[in-house]
Amino acid sequence: MSDFSALREAMPEIVDGLWLTLAMWLAASALGLVLGLAIALARRFGPVWVDRPLWAVVGVIRGTPFLVQIFLLYYGGPFIGLELDPTPAGLGGLALYGAAYFSEILRGGLLAIPPGHVEAGMCIGLSRLQIVRRIMLPEMTLLVLPASVNMFVVLLKETAVLSIITVPELTMAVTGFGSANFAFSQAALVLAIVYWTLTELTGGLGRLLERRLDRFKLA
Amino acid sequence: MSDTLAITLRGVVKRYGSNTVLRGIDLDIRHGEVTCLIGPSGSGKSTLLRCMAFLEEHDAGLIRVAGDPLGFDAARNRLPQTEIARVRRNIGMVFQQFNLWPHMTALGNVAEGLRQVLRLPKRQAQERAMAHLTRVGLADRASYYPSQLSGGQQQRVAIARALAMDPKIVLFDEPTSSLDPELTGEVLNVMRSLADDGMTMVVVTHEIGFAAHVAQHLVFLDEGQVALEGRAGDVFAQPWHPRLRQFLETYLDRGASVLLG
Ligand SMILES: Nc1ncnc2c1ncn2[C@@H]1O[C@H](COP(=O)(O)OP(=O)(O)OP(=O)(O)O)[C@@H](O)[C@H]1O
Ligand SMILES: [Mg+2]
Repeated sequence: MSDFSALREAMPEIVDGLWLTLAMWLAASALGLVLGLAIALARRFGPVWVDRPLWAVVGVIRGTPFLVQIFLLYYGGPFIGLELDPTPAGLGGLALYGAAYFSEILRGGLLAIPPGHVEAGMCIGLSRLQIVRRIMLPEMTLLVLPASVNMFVVLLKETAVLSIITVPELTMAVTGFGSANFAFSQAALVLAIVYWTLTELTGGLGRLLERRLDRFKLA
Repeated sequence: MSDTLAITLRGVVKRYGSNTVLRGIDLDIRHGEVTCLIGPSGSGKSTLLRCMAFLEEHDAGLIRVAGDPLGFDAARNRLPQTEIARVRRNIGMVFQQFNLWPHMTALGNVAEGLRQVLRLPKRQAQERAMAHLTRVGLADRASYYPSQLSGGQQQRVAIARALAMDPKIVLFDEPTSSLDPELTGEVLNVMRSLADDGMTMVVVTHEIGFAAHVAQHLVFLDEGQVALEGRAGDVFAQPWHPRLRQFLETYLDRGASVLLG
């Protein structure tokens, strides 16, 4: 196979791409989770004039393809003075996308907490803040674990979309190699295997965590 | 006058939209007594009890706990949150659904208020929590999570959690209603021993036997009003009130026949 030398040449770029994919994924997940939590709390406890606009923004993000959002951010951004390099634009876009979904997941978790658990805290004399911190957030975490793991997987897969704005992540690197060497289908196959391995690992980790937390489940 | 009373209610009204659930309740809860609230489903028992803990805000009337207005003063000004919390500290609540916090052990549930509200050091809080678990017979289950406990055990932990805060009055809303029949006894026994120790208790219950044998004060609620109240012995000995008689007769089928002559 004469492609081997070409592959060896492209290897550093592909490895860099893999690292960037992992970095973008983890950073966007963390940012999305934190921002999503802030949105969920603001919507759950804030006044209507906070809830309404957030509801609209979340709705728009959830109601449009990520591909379109990232185009808007990257190519449309300069029109409103937001000129970003591909990688920060990709990270910001993915984090916002994640935040919208995480906010809905976490809000659902907050709403699913039995009101009696909160009332029990009030009767014991816990303050509002203590109830949120000591009761609601831990219970919410348990309730949203499966959906959150699922969202992490979605975010990993969506990093591939960032290749469209030339973020040099894994998909960009591998398809680049593929088109340079007329090996599109091989490249696609490799990508599929790598993403699938990563998502399976994530899912497995999630299931492990769920089993560990099983005894905290509501009776 | 009211400082001799644990809780007083005067003209308490509660509405949900156009549905008036409590229609002017006047009631005195005396120190050291067990008061049982009975009545048909939907008569407002839970609502009344929850008003006494300010889990529901009454729309009119005045509630005093140990002499102090709860939630609103006599002129219907809303009291500050800190004052509400202070007055509410007199009250412990035990729910039908236990409402233990699932991510904390039995000990953690009981110690939570001691740590977070009373700010006791960890060891002291755990010792006190342990003493309360021992009192309800669950010292050996201290490190169990609620999901690992039976319903009866969970409810006893919930009672220990309420008692740990040293309330003057404990409110129970059908504490045995979500338990399998063979588990109600252990909970009723704990409640009976509490009553024997002189705890002031208000108990919403369908356990007519418990009401007849443990309560000093019986309140029969019907359609949001106190239809009848008095010494438990008198009320049961002579259920002259037609609605009460009708209500009690539904229990004849369930084996509470001892009560009616
Ligand atoms: N949060 C609420 N919103 C609207 N209506 C309510 C609410 N809580 C109770 N009600 C209504 O108030 C009335 C009294 O309810 P409550 O729960 O106090 O009755 P109860 O005597 O405790 O009945 P049960 O024996 O079934 O527990 C019922 O008609 C009920 O539908
Ligand atoms: Mg009820």
